[in-house]
Amino acid sequence: MPLEDYKRYGRQMILEDFGLPAQLKLRNARVLVIGAGGLGCPALQYLAAAGIGTIGIVDPDEVDVSNLHRQVLHTSLRQGWPKVLSAKAAIESINPAVHVIPHITSLNSTNAFPVISSYDIVLDCTDNPPTRYLISDACVALDKPLVSGAAIRYDGQLCVYNLPLQSGDRGPCYRCLWPTPPRQEEVGTCEEIGVLGTVTGMIGVLQAQTAIQLIVGLGPYAPNEVGVPTLLIYSALASPMFRSLKIRPKRNDCPACGREGGARELVEKGEYVALCGGMREDLEGSGKRKGQGRVGVKELEARRAEVDVLDVRSKEEFSICHLPEAHHVPLNTLLHDPLAQLSPGKDTYVMCKLGNDSQVAARALRDALGSGADRVKDVVGGLRAWSREVDQSFPMY
Amino acid sequence: MEDEKTITVKLVFGGGVEVLFSNKRNQSITIPAQAPASGSHPSRPADLRYLILWMSESLLTDRKELFVDGETVRPGILVLVNDTDWELEGELDYELQKGDEVVFISTLHGG
Repeated sequence: MPLEDYKRYGRQMILEDFGLPAQLKLRNARVLVIGAGGLGCPALQYLAAAGIGTIGIVDPDEVDVSNLHRQVLHTSLRQGWPKVLSAKAAIESINPAVHVIPHITSLNSTNAFPVISSYDIVLDCTDNPPTRYLISDACVALDKPLVSGAAIRYDGQLCVYNLPLQSGDRGPCYRCLWPTPPRQEEVGTCEEIGVLGTVTGMIGVLQAQTAIQLIVGLGPYAPNEVGVPTLLIYSALASPMFRSLKIRPKRNDCPACGREGGARELVEKGEYVALCGGMREDLEGSGKRKGQGRVGVKELEARRAEVDVLDVRSKEEFSICHLPEAHHVPLNTLLHDPLAQLSPGKDTYVMCKLGNDSQVAARALRDALGSGADRVKDVVGGLRAWSREVDQSFPMY
Repeated sequence: MEDEKTITVKLVFGGGVEVLFSNKRNQSITIPAQAPASGSHPSRPADLRYLILWMSESLLTDRKELFVDGETVRPGILVLVNDTDWELEGELDYELQKGDEVVFISTLHGG
């Protein structure tokens, strides 16, 4: 080890059960981080600082300004860079000795094996169910421990899947715990329902810590420990914030880890998008779809003084920006009693951010009205279209 | 309020499931200690099958399909009894004990 590294890593090497052997294990380790976003950035930052020798990074996306509140390795100046290269640049300034292998691609059933096979440990820092099932199956097939993190809103979860146990067996895989994917409409994204940067930060840092412990063999991952599969759940709003839950052992009937070769077959079949309910709908596209009873933002602009504009977003979104004449009724309130929201004698134009919830609200209003339903319209493309086509100074988030 | 005819258990919601239950993460509830017969199940001491039915009828504040699927919870919700995966405890057949804490959490995908 270079002389300077004794100083660089001294404060962790002097820890009980650490020493030079643990540092050398970190230096020889190869860790793959899939996703260089809200979880991946903090995980990469700490893995690099701790002296992991080789770090692979997988991500197909480019840095966008909306990432920067939580994706802390990326910078304002690197907007538009591939996230993998932005993260690589950040890591090199933290610790130039780390060998970073960039994979500017999404993980798919064709590249999963060649990408993952040369690493010792995999961190799932992705944001969608199909990729999560794929990563888990590939890790089962290649016999790699998988440190899986997830975070949204104020909540996070952490679990090591396919954990090596003292018995020689493995802990459960992602499919053992979540055999059936949730319906698509129940899967919120950070863009739709929000996320606090410190929450992805907490979980990403814990993923890095867990990887370090697995590599070194520390605490629950020490060689003399039995190995108890647990799911850690975190909520910034709950008290206590953390709970550690004991989860099931692997399922004998698991299609991935319950039989020899099962996981490999699943990866090769590659039916992950179908398993999770098909391609996810592009919400901006569906919000712009033309349809009966829909009006464009130009018509809203022309008639805004004479119609009743009903904004059905949440109160938080309404607080960010709204048309001055808009009357605010959150979608759930409206669905509960649609007729209570209508102003007599006026046409009603319903709107939201992208033009999806407004369609749901307009349909409920028309159904409740029966006759005269054509006085209810909703605005194609919502406030986003308004900010593009009518008022470019209107704030968009 | 508890006597031999009722049982009080603590419910904890997380990962978004709380949104379906008035956005309260912790609730203490008292239900009949004896579950009435339902479907093919005879009357029996209250179990998780009955608790889920009771919750979907008496506690849920959102659409039913966001919480239940048949007699169990929908895919993507994990149930834990006293911090242990319900699969290790007999799942729907687990007989509730006084003071049990039952956690319902939803799988998260974001990152």
